[in-house]
Amino acid sequence: MRYSGFRVIAEALTGHRGWKPVWRDPAPEGEYDYVIVGGGGHGLATAYYLAGEFRQSRIAVLEKGYLGGGNVGRNTTIIRSNYMLDGNEPFYEFSMKLWEGLEQDLNYNAMVSQRGILNLIHSDAQRDAFTRRGNAMILNGADAELLDREQVRAMYPWLNFDNARFPIKGGLAQRRGGTVRHDAVAWGYARAADLRGVDLIQNCEVTGMRIEGGRIRGVETTRGFIGAKKVGVAVAGSSSKVMAHAGMRLPIESHVLQAFVSEGLKPLIDGVMTFGAGHFYVSQSDKGGLVFGGDIDGYNSYAQRGNLPVIEDVAEGGMALMPAIGRARLLRTWGGIMDMSMDGSPIIDKTHVDGLYFNGGWCYGGFKATPASGWCFAHLLAKDEPHKTATAYRFDRFLKGLMIDEKGQGAQPNLH
Amino acid sequence: MIFNHPILGPRDAQEFVYLGDASLMRRPDGMTAGIEAFHDWLYNRDNPAGEHRELWYHEQGDRSWLVVTRNTVTHEVIRVELARDVAKAMGRTK
Repeated sequence: MRYSGFRVIAEALTGHRGWKPVWRDPAPEGEYDYVIVGGGGHGLATAYYLAGEFRQSRIAVLEKGYLGGGNVGRNTTIIRSNYMLDGNEPFYEFSMKLWEGLEQDLNYNAMVSQRGILNLIHSDAQRDAFTRRGNAMILNGADAELLDREQVRAMYPWLNFDNARFPIKGGLAQRRGGTVRHDAVAWGYARAADLRGVDLIQNCEVTGMRIEGGRIRGVETTRGFIGAKKVGVAVAGSSSKVMAHAGMRLPIESHVLQAFVSEGLKPLIDGVMTFGAGHFYVSQSDKGGLVFGGDIDGYNSYAQRGNLPVIEDVAEGGMALMPAIGRARLLRTWGGIMDMSMDGSPIIDKTHVDGLYFNGGWCYGGFKATPASGWCFAHLLAKDEPHKTATAYRFDRFLKGLMIDEKGQGAQPNLH
Repeated sequence: MIFNHPILGPRDAQEFVYLGDASLMRRPDGMTAGIEAFHDWLYNRDNPAGEHRELWYHEQGDRSWLVVTRNTVTHEVIRVELARDVAKAMGRTK
C-alpha cells in the first residue's frame, strides 16, 4: 500500500478499515543468500538497500526482540555531518544527502526536519578548532557557517552569554543538520524492506554461528538453524557478544549513554544546540519536550540504564547554559548501550571468516549514520569491497596506525 | 555505585576515574612480544555482559588503583581489591 495524502482522506471517509499491517511476520526459511543480524536502523537499512540498489534477493533480518527496539528507539534523534577527518566527513555527508531524500525514497513520513545544529564556541582556541572543522566540512561538500556572538544572540537571546567559566563567543552552525523521528526511521526502513521481499524475523536471537573450513554456513538461533551464504552483523551495543560466536575479540567496549526529556514546554529552541564544553546538548521535540543529553556514564555497561551522578552533571550543564529551564521538570530518562570503539569511529568491514561481515563501533553517533551505514554495508555485502566513503572503517586500522580519532583521545573508549 | 575500598571502606564511584578492563595490567614484554600481541593488549577487549574485572583510580581519595569486579548487566559490585595486591599475586614485585 502506497501512503499519500489522498490515501489518508480516502481512509477517513471509509472508517479507516483499509489499513493493513505495515509488514509481514514470516517464519524463517531454511536458507537465505543474506542474513542480517540486528533489526535496528542499520540492519533494516542494510536489507533495504541490499534488496533495492544492489539487486540482491533472499534476504532475512533477524531481530532478538522487536524491530527498532534497541538504540534506534533510544537516541536523541539528531542528524548532522559536522566531522573533520577525511575518513569520516565524506561518509557522514553521504548520510546527510540520503536523509534529505529519505522520505520520498521510503514513501514514509520520518519527520526529517533540517532545523539546523549549532555548536557553541567559548574561547579563541575553540573558535580556531571550529573554523578548521567548518572548512573541512565545506571541502567535503557539507555546509558550515561560523557565527559571531551577536548572530548567536539573535537566534537564542535567552542563553547565558556571560557565564564566568564558559562565556558564549559564537558558534559553528550547520543549517542542514536537524532531527528525524527516530522510530519512524526503523518503521520506514522495515516497511520498505518488507515491500522489497525481505523477511523481517522478530523474536529470533542468534545463539551461535556455524563456521566450516573458515567459511560461514549460517547462524544458530532461538528459532532454529538458518543457513546463509553471507551474514552481516549490525548489532551495535551487543557487538562483542554476537561476534564472540565467531571467536572474535573486538576493539570495542559497551558503555551506557543516558538521554532525557523534560515536560512539554512552549516553543523555545527551534534547532539543535550543543554545549560541548559543558557536556550538554539539547533540542525540542514537536510535542514540546526538551530532549537533551550529555556524556556517557564512562564504565562498561550492558544495563540500558545509567546512574544518578551523570543526570546531575547533565542538569548542571543545562542550567549553566540556559538558566530559564531551572523550573522545568524532567519527565523521563533512559539509557542505551553504545559500542565505544578505540578511536571513536565505526567499523564496516569483512572478518577473518569468509562470508561474515561486521558493522558496529558507532559510539554515540550511530543514528545520524543510519542511511549511509546501511548503504555502505549493503555495498560491502554485495560486492565484497567497501563503498568509497567507508574505506577507512577497517578492523586493521589499529594495527596499521590509521586511527580515525576526531578527539585525539587514544585507545580510551570512555573519553571519545 | 559504591566501592568497598580495602583501606578506606565504602566510597562513592564518583571519586574514581575509570580506566578499563583489568587485563590492561598484563602488558606483553616489550622485548619479546610482537606487534600483534601489543595490538591485542592495547585495542581488543573481551567486553563481557556479566562479571567484569576493571581498573579504577581513586583520584579524589588516596590515589590508589583498584581492581573492581562488577556485573556489567546489573552494576552490582562483587569484589574490590587493591591493584597492587593483584599485581603481586600475578608475580610482579610491585
